[in-house]
Amino acid sequence: MSTINETRPAEALRDGDPDVEQERADTKPLGGIAGWLDDRTGGAKPASHFLKKVFPDHWSFMLGEIAMYSMIICLLTGVFLTFWYVPSMTQVVYNGSYVPLQGVTVSDAYSSTLNISFDIRGGLLIRQIHHWGALIFVVSVFVHMTRVFFTGAFRKPREINWVLGTLLSMLACIEGFAGYSLPDDLLSGTGIRAMNGFVQSIPIVGSYVSYFIFGGAFPGEAIIPRLYSVHVLLLPAVLVGVFTAHILFVVIHKHTQFPGPGRTNNNVVGFPLMPVYMAKAGGFFFIVFGIIALVSAVVSINPIWGYGPYDPSPITAGSQPDWYMGFADGALRLLPGFLEFDTFGFTWSMNIFPGSILLLPIMWTVIGVYPFVESWVTGDKREHHLLDRPRNAPTRAGIGVAGITAYTVLLFASGNDLMAIKLHLSINDLTQLFRLLFFIGPPIAFWLTKRICLSLQRADRQKVLHGRETGTIWRYPDGRFEEIHAPLSPFERWALVQHESPEPLRISAEADENGVASPLARKERVRAKLSHFYFNDRVAPPTPSELEAAHHHGDEVDEGHLLTGEHEAIDPATTGDSSSTPRETIKADRKRST
Amino acid sequence: MSDIQITPPESGAEIERHEEHAVDRFDNPGLPPHIHRAADDDPEAGKRAEKQVATLFGLSMLATLVFLVAYFAIPDESTFYLPGVGLSKTQNVVLGLSMGFALLFIGIGAVHWAKTLMSDEEIVEERHPQRSDDRSRAAAVTTVLDGGANAQLGRRPLILYSLTGALGLFALPFVLQIVGSLGPVNAPEELKETIWDPADNDGKPIRLMRDPEMTPIKLSDVTNGSVFHVMPETLQKYIDAGHGVLEAKAKAAVILIRLEPDLIRVQKEKDWGVDGVVAYSKICTHVGCAVGLYEQTTHHLLCPCHQSTFDLPDDCNVIFGPAKRPLPQLKITVDDAGYLVAPQGFLEPVGPSFWERSR
Ligand code: HEM
Ligand code: FES
Repeated sequence: MSTINETRPAEALRDGDPDVEQERADTKPLGGIAGWLDDRTGGAKPASHFLKKVFPDHWSFMLGEIAMYSMIICLLTGVFLTFWYVPSMTQVVYNGSYVPLQGVTVSDAYSSTLNISFDIRGGLLIRQIHHWGALIFVVSVFVHMTRVFFTGAFRKPREINWVLGTLLSMLACIEGFAGYSLPDDLLSGTGIRAMNGFVQSIPIVGSYVSYFIFGGAFPGEAIIPRLYSVHVLLLPAVLVGVFTAHILFVVIHKHTQFPGPGRTNNNVVGFPLMPVYMAKAGGFFFIVFGIIALVSAVVSINPIWGYGPYDPSPITAGSQPDWYMGFADGALRLLPGFLEFDTFGFTWSMNIFPGSILLLPIMWTVIGVYPFVESWVTGDKREHHLLDRPRNAPTRAGIGVAGITAYTVLLFASGNDLMAIKLHLSINDLTQLFRLLFFIGPPIAFWLTKRICLSLQRADRQKVLHGRETGTIWRYPDGRFEEIHAPLSPFERWALVQHESPEPLRISAEADENGVASPLARKERVRAKLSHFYFNDRVAPPTPSELEAAHHHGDEVDEGHLLTGEHEAIDPATTGDSSSTPRETIKADRKRST
Repeated sequence: MSDIQITPPESGAEIERHEEHAVDRFDNPGLPPHIHRAADDDPEAGKRAEKQVATLFGLSMLATLVFLVAYFAIPDESTFYLPGVGLSKTQNVVLGLSMGFALLFIGIGAVHWAKTLMSDEEIVEERHPQRSDDRSRAAAVTTVLDGGANAQLGRRPLILYSLTGALGLFALPFVLQIVGSLGPVNAPEELKETIWDPADNDGKPIRLMRDPEMTPIKLSDVTNGSVFHVMPETLQKYIDAGHGVLEAKAKAAVILIRLEPDLIRVQKEKDWGVDGVVAYSKICTHVGCAVGLYEQTTHHLLCPCHQSTFDLPDDCNVIFGPAKRPLPQLKITVDDAGYLVAPQGFLEPVGPSFWERSR
């Protein structure tokens, strides 16, 4: 391995960023179709600008791509399904090639889905790709979302895109539910029946809304055609529209990047769209599609012929929705029945309404407003293009994990019957346990996560100050053993020392000259408290002088290239106590980036 | 103004501190030196990479070929045993695998190409602040103000108000059109009715029929511990007419069980049954799934959806789960021919709660 170019400081690179393209001798005039197009659109300039766009590389940036590709896969396969699927609840006698159901009266929707599965060649494969694609779509949207959250990628100027993403994830769940209901089989019909119960639980207007949705009494003949137009027209149009805006914002803002040598808040370091990113991202589409096709080839999903057509009276043991609706189902299982009550002869179904109708909007509102809350608390109005390593934002990480914990408890609660059977536990005990966990789980998760983040930060400090462990043990003449620590190179070190570690805001005065508490004070006190909550526990990043001090502290071996690892306790001044920590660094950054 | 203000600690002397302490931060070392890959320097390695990429693309073509052949060659009904998965549809597996590999090899080939042969030297692009500069912002404000002045909005409030009114109202017809036609508005009354009402049967008691055979049930058919899924005889009208069947079933489903009469702890339950044979609505009072799991030993009825558990000997009161109300009981007797009948309908609405339920 040889190395070419010298170390290139980021500043110098920026100087070289050319404003005008130099003409190159080896270029060719734009001709052919591209020339024809440019004559009529003037597209050559924006196109070449776009093709040179730089995208930073990191595995976690592929999560959003997976979401995008699986959505495209659903769109493609969905169109295929519409050619044969019949969105109608008209009852017909099934006479296709699936023998066990021949002669049974079923709906058109169910019968046409059977036909796609058994009589259209390759139809079952497309159905399974559509369903697997949908599941992977929703999973990847959620995982993508957690990536954005924990790295702080939602900070200014990307708040709008966070809100759009929140919207997309909610629409994805609803789109999935609508699609899941279309085959009109026993399982999905039971899901619609439960949905009807949810709607009826809405105070005051519930019964009317139910009749409006179903066009009369449940199940009626309207719900499948209506869900169909929602599933193939309304929501896909909105999804594609919001998604396009989402991607447009990524282009406008340019992608965030993880901190690293040469990466600053003012640049993007990565690979150009043409050709590297195109090949990688384009190739990745085929990889995602290929894997979904392989899974669909061997793992059957939603075998509706086994469930039978929908009928309100038979029972379906262990009925469960697709996983992304599981948390709402879990919430319904945990809400105790005594929450339903009557006043003046009217019924408040508080054992149903909060867990079904309210839960989704509340959950997504909380997620959607988070960036605004955080920026209010921190008072940070700067643009952020460098991502946080999650450990460097311990409180945010804690909040995120607490949220995920609450979600997971609900999700697991939706499987309490299966768990009770598998683990031979009483379902009553399990339900009580989940109720308890829903309340105590998130705080514990918060505390644990925050502690872990702070320890990781301390470990980073150690590593910077005392070098990385080499695994080489030295034995001294006096019998002492010591592991040799190798100092980090400036390139290795940079990612561990570049972050800021803000201190809590403090209120400088709470009353005016006359000693009257200011009306503003309360709001600001809340803010100061929250800021305290966010930033009181902190580990400051090491500074050059600390490194210097650490050097002199330890016995230097091999002309300072290898330090003996003498582990001293971290100076409390640099970890907790805010009065003596250097705060200036933050201001220095602020100056630099505004 | 009050003199409250939030300040970061030590807010004074920012500049000096900045100057003084900026030195005590590490400096960004700049991009690390670029490390050459094998194919960058070694023509042999480059050639090898080229061959690998071409092979991957070739394999994709091969897989597509397999798909094309399999599409015609494999009969629809053939199945085989796939280890670890079970009995599988041959066509689905072969078409899926060949399609999957055709796609996958294109993808892997492209990524391999990018990783081995395309430049892996990182490029730096500048960012610029998102906001427009002050002059453009001021110009935008001017444009809008000038436009507003030109339209004389400020000077002619009548236009402003009437336009606001018209724009505010014009959407109403569309909303009304949709909402007005979505569904009937007799929900609260209809939700309380079932076809167990003798009025549906010219005032005569309604026979209990087996679901789905629609044959009447003799008291003697109901042996101890047996469970019948029951529909009213009035359902036949809907079946013959060919519509409204599922709507009727959705509220009328009933479960019929014989208990030891001494087990029954509630007098009304005994009175409304016959020799320990009792009938209850099968529609869960939570959100309406069919409650059909009967535990013989505990005499509990269990809903499969969210595990609400109803205690049959105790008038189907809820002993566990998110449902609040007991399942409504259907009063039954025996008619002259010895068949079970329901002389009166349900006295309360069946199924999930709704706002007007208790009215
Ligand atoms: C946007 C374009 C889409 C179209 C045109 C479309 C079309 C269809 C059609 C016609 C069906 C019924 C046929 C069948 O069940 O086999 C269906 C089912 C379904 N769709 Fe979609 N869909 C689209 C997108 C999506 C998306 C984005 C999701 C998920 C987030 C999704 C999830 C489902 C599910 C879960 C089913 C049930 C499939 C099954 O029964 O196995 N669809 N879709
Ligand atoms: S529907 Fe029966 S418990 Fe929820």
